[in-house]
Amino acid sequence: MTNTSERERDDHTGVETTGHEWDGIKELDNPLPRWWLWVFYGSIAFSLVYWILMPAWPGINGYTHGLLNESDRANVAQELRALQVQRGANEAELQTASLQQIEADPELQAHAMAVGASVFGDNCATCHGAGGGGAKGYPNLRDDVWLWGGSLDEIEHTIRVGIRSGHAQTRTSQMPAFGRDGMLDQKQVADMTEYVVALSGRQADRAAVGRAAQLYADNCAACHGATGTGDRAQGAPDLTDREWLYGSDRESIAAQIHNGRGGVMPTWEGRFSPGVIKALAVYVHANSAGDSHPTAVAVAAAATAQAVAAPAAAVEAAPTR
Amino acid sequence: MTTLIDRTKPKPPSGEAGAVSIAEQQREKAKPKGLYQARVPIYPKLVHGRWRWIKWALLIAMLAIYYITPWIRWDRPGDLPDQAVLVDFAGRRFYFFWIQLWPQEVYFITGLLVLAALALFLTTALFGRLWCGYACPQTVWTDLYIYVERMFEGDRNARMRLDAAPWSFNKLWRKVGKHAVWLGVAFGTGGAWIFYFHDAPTLIRTFWVGTGPMTAYISCAILTFTTYVFAGYMREQVCTYMCPWPRIQGAMLDDQSFQVTYRYDRGEPRGPHKKGTGWEGRGDCIDCNQCVVVCPMGIDIRNGAQMECINCGLCIDACDAMMDKVGRPRGLIAYDTDAAVAARASGRPVKHELVRPRTLYYAVALVVVAGLMLWGFSQRTLIGVHALRDRNPTYVVLHDGSVRNGYTLKIANRNFDDAQVKVRFSGPEGAVLSSPGRTAGQTLILNVKPNQVTPVRVFVTAPEPAEGVGGPQQAVFDITAGREHETLPTAFDYGDATR
Repeated sequence: MTNTSERERDDHTGVETTGHEWDGIKELDNPLPRWWLWVFYGSIAFSLVYWILMPAWPGINGYTHGLLNESDRANVAQELRALQVQRGANEAELQTASLQQIEADPELQAHAMAVGASVFGDNCATCHGAGGGGAKGYPNLRDDVWLWGGSLDEIEHTIRVGIRSGHAQTRTSQMPAFGRDGMLDQKQVADMTEYVVALSGRQADRAAVGRAAQLYADNCAACHGATGTGDRAQGAPDLTDREWLYGSDRESIAAQIHNGRGGVMPTWEGRFSPGVIKALAVYVHANSAGDSHPTAVAVAAAATAQAVAAPAAAVEAAPTR
Repeated sequence: MTTLIDRTKPKPPSGEAGAVSIAEQQREKAKPKGLYQARVPIYPKLVHGRWRWIKWALLIAMLAIYYITPWIRWDRPGDLPDQAVLVDFAGRRFYFFWIQLWPQEVYFITGLLVLAALALFLTTALFGRLWCGYACPQTVWTDLYIYVERMFEGDRNARMRLDAAPWSFNKLWRKVGKHAVWLGVAFGTGGAWIFYFHDAPTLIRTFWVGTGPMTAYISCAILTFTTYVFAGYMREQVCTYMCPWPRIQGAMLDDQSFQVTYRYDRGEPRGPHKKGTGWEGRGDCIDCNQCVVVCPMGIDIRNGAQMECINCGLCIDACDAMMDKVGRPRGLIAYDTDAAVAARASGRPVKHELVRPRTLYYAVALVVVAGLMLWGFSQRTLIGVHALRDRNPTYVVLHDGSVRNGYTLKIANRNFDDAQVKVRFSGPEGAVLSSPGRTAGQTLILNVKPNQVTPVRVFVTAPEPAEGVGGPQQAVFDITAGREHETLPTAFDYGDATR
């Protein structure tokens, strides 16, 4: 401790210094203004009042609630209720309007898109991707190829009942596991793979395609159609387009013929209100590229016929991998 | 260099003798007993003169602007507010007569603040702390409060006597009256503030029947409290202890800055002057203490430039009045520069340099920022479009190999009417635009509502690229709305070329 009598006095101001010095700058020992002290006492008084009014102290089984009974959770719940009321008009319109009306009306469409985007992000993005771009085994919802149809009504129906979902009217398609269940042997699976590759207009082994033609007619044509364009009613995919749910390379196609995989989509009926399901259908439809199926059939069929007829150029090509 | 003297502590005992005045007693009482020091009461005396007159005029003008502005009406179409100046937090808009700013354009406000700061720097470098002395709300409201105080309690001497006197009915009603009017002024201050944030004629009704917005009541209460405490009690302590400006000013001032200056070359040696005696061998300062008693900051300007001095010029008026009385020329205390005083003291010619590197920098910076602001404002479009590329998926391959990219156009229509926006896309060969509910084509015509941002989903579909072409390609959105035209560079992603 420095004795006060020894403390240095600043010449310029006549004030004692604290004795602290930083690079020649000394600290004057001026008294603090009294009002500063009052502010300090005021904050202590404020904290006492705060403890009494607001939730403050933790306990073993809970906490002190305070006289005002303030609760952030209750506030949020109240705000959400207020939001429901605010959205009420649009919500009601979503329930009554048809899907086509919703998409045609700019305001209603904007509302449906906003609801759809948020519901999609919370529930559908896990499998279909944040933007609906899909992944292997999970259909891409942004293109123009659909297993069960890409019209507004068909999309809404799919969302409602799901696929292999346990819903009474669920959509189900059944592709047999041709290889695993011994319906086709390994050689036949390999031939069939070449046949499917040829169906999509790519170069394939002519001999294998020839061997598989009868097998295809016997085993596959019932669902996928004689020309491979698929069947919407059964959810049988079009094999002539560029879209491959489980991959386009030979390995993936062979694996699919061998195992006959099929995905599962839950039913959303009962989990979302009809209005929300409609909004979701509009959102998915608006972000998709429509449905190419009716027109694509004829074009693709012609290409397939050409490939199956085995033009010379296609036959000689080695497998791509 | 200007010397700033820190006088936040009580003055050291000095030779300023004379009878122990009431002020001296008060000062004695305020001496620190321990760690804390009470405020030294200041009783500024009323003064008349040029600067006091300017201060009154500015006070009236600025209070008038403050109180009247929210009541000016300005016709706007539809449901938009008819208030000329309105900060509409709920609607996220700032209205200023014909200008409407969105939160996205808050940089104009930032620019204004930068401009104000530079103007402050320039003014301070040239003429000292004029802002503090004449325009700062703390100064204006303190002046108003002292005026009220004087109405009830009289001028300096009467107020000092009243404070020293024991409690009586006379003292009571004067004190009660003063505080009542102070509170009224404080409430009027807070009450006027809230009109800048809500429709004034509506709020003045709802406020009194208790249905006004909670923020209005809280803001009004806070401003009432701060006005009452800051202008009534804290006064010069706000400037000395709370405001950073007095501490920063030293960086802007130099010995060519005009400040309230005691011309010691002319005043010293000071001393009382008897009528009829001569002025030879002595200075003009008669030590009448008038400059000290009128000072709202409680300082003695004769000690030189000080951190507390707000440059208000009241001591100039007081000194000029005394000089008139004793028959000496005015201007013993005046707006002057340190350099000029030093020059006079040493007999050199006085030279004022308004143009010097410091003022030049500030002026150039001011002009540049003002120019940028004007340019920015003249380039401001009423239709603003942002193109956001979809990040997931970045591209989608369709059944025939064509590639589709998704974009969200955020179209801000700052007009008060519907707007038609024409969108074109150029980049990949054969690209076609589409939007939900609209057929595909080379051009999209979008109708957007006024005074809001409309997000529009836009898709671009390009035919299957040639062999080897893939990945992102440069592309451009061309936006035309009325006479406004905007090009937004973006990208079109063909995706994996080797698929």
